[in-house]
Amino acid sequence: MNEIIHARNLVKRYGDFTAVDGINFDVHSGECFGLLGPNGAGKTTTTRMIACVSPVTAGELTVAGLDVRREPRRIKALLGVVPQEDNLDPDLTVRQNLAVYARYFDMPRALAEERIDESLALFQLTDKQHQTIWALSTGLKRRLAIARGLINQPKILVLDEPTTGLDPQARHLVWQKLRYLRGQGVTMLLCTHYMEEAAHLCDRLVIMHQGRILVEGTPDALVEEHTGREVVELHLRGPERETVLAQLATLPGLTVEEVEDILYIYARTADGRANIAELAPESERVVYRHANLEDVFLRLTGRGLVE
Amino acid sequence: MTIALPRFALRIPDVSYRAYRVWQRTRDVYLRLWKSEAIWPLAEPVITLLALGLGLGKLVQLDSGQRYIEFIAPGLLAVFPMWAAAGECAWGSFVRMDTQKTFNAIIATPVGIEDVITGEIMWGATRALINGTYILAVTAAFLLLDSPLAILALPVAYLSGLMFASISLSYTSIARSISSLNYFFALFVTPQFWLGGVFFPLNVLPGWAERASWFIPTTHVVTIYRGLVEGSPRWSHLGDLAWIVVVTAAFYMVAVVSMRRRLIQ
Repeated sequence: MNEIIHARNLVKRYGDFTAVDGINFDVHSGECFGLLGPNGAGKTTTTRMIACVSPVTAGELTVAGLDVRREPRRIKALLGVVPQEDNLDPDLTVRQNLAVYARYFDMPRALAEERIDESLALFQLTDKQHQTIWALSTGLKRRLAIARGLINQPKILVLDEPTTGLDPQARHLVWQKLRYLRGQGVTMLLCTHYMEEAAHLCDRLVIMHQGRILVEGTPDALVEEHTGREVVELHLRGPERETVLAQLATLPGLTVEEVEDILYIYARTADGRANIAELAPESERVVYRHANLEDVFLRLTGRGLVE
Repeated sequence: MTIALPRFALRIPDVSYRAYRVWQRTRDVYLRLWKSEAIWPLAEPVITLLALGLGLGKLVQLDSGQRYIEFIAPGLLAVFPMWAAAGECAWGSFVRMDTQKTFNAIIATPVGIEDVITGEIMWGATRALINGTYILAVTAAFLLLDSPLAILALPVAYLSGLMFASISLSYTSIARSISSLNYFFALFVTPQFWLGGVFFPLNVLPGWAERASWFIPTTHVVTIYRGLVEGSPRWSHLGDLAWIVVVTAAFYMVAVVSMRRRLIQ
């Protein structure tokens, strides 16, 4: 498949601090590729290097075959960047924001006007086009930021935490638009710490932690491989907990993780799934559920708070 | 034989025509907000001419026999545009750089950071030009212009605007917060306003202060304007012009290097 972003041994250091520590990945044309990880994992730094706004310390990084060190302007012309921070022009209207941005790409006015109309319609912003930005809700601003990122019909749309701070309705609307774009064949690079978002949108993803890539794969394969499909969460204290732990030790195919008074029991094999059913703990607080990326992530990086 | 040259942080800035895109963006914002942006620059020069020129001027007898209001007019042509350019590239640029993150939005496009800095300085100078045009009109209305050469005040307003904008943006690039811009205005801009030879001739100062004034940007700008407005240009004004060009170029480079260091990490 066609590699549109290619990173080898990519390193970014700020003084003594290594933000990105020798990562390798490829993004293929037409896919939605996720960079997952907690704050400080190096996701944003990686996207900033791809967007040519942060110099690479070491390693290789090409976008559409162009070297980020040599051809930043050509690369930036191919990208649509939707940043985490709100950096719309607050004193301009919705429409003017798009027009001013189109001008940065040297887009002829008539073409820009046409694309602006299309974008406004797609993101349901046509009614708001003459409103000033500071009057908009966070959800509307985020939709506009994505519309702005698409104004140059980019080869790659780079999204950094596109739904952070949005309420559930606004978030689902953004997801719906992003799924639509994915369906249209827009290549997307999505940075997020929402596992649910990654599961919803990404074809493939990597999980990053402390500047390194821990694992790479499709969301389903990662869940299957690292946690199994099912999880039991048990809230237990005291002697009951000891009983269950003793019982678990004798049952094959199960992995247990203890966090404070919660036991997370993962069934990674068919045996394990059968054995989970055998467990009949005397607790009112038992949750049987499907495992998700969050379990994978927490298993790989530990459930303790990393600061 | 190969020679290992030291690596200089200074290099030729990668500036393109896209600086104009940055200028256009800020112009568009200005055109939306022009009423609130313009009220202060419109009111203040008139108030100053009335208060100092006509009011205080009644009590002032200059050695040259010139009326006091005529004496301060060329100075006002210099210092109000200075305020416009310095203010734009301090408060205005700081808000765009830090509060609104506008620079970050722009450099995600083919427009580079050096284009942004150049566009900001060009816009700062444009504000000086707008302001200079207005003050020229006001001083003409007060019948204070003696020579048609005064029209040359406009290109000088733009050039000196580039200088003040470059100095101002250099400071902005190291300012930690918007309130720390106050240092720049209290210690650099305001002293030039009052002490730059606008309101009294510098030769009334002690010799050392008069000599020190050579290092002050407004002194050179005011000197040129006096020549233009009074219709008595001198060859020495070319020296003042050269001084302005050199200082502009130097601070432009400072702004580029320092702003790049701040924003491209």
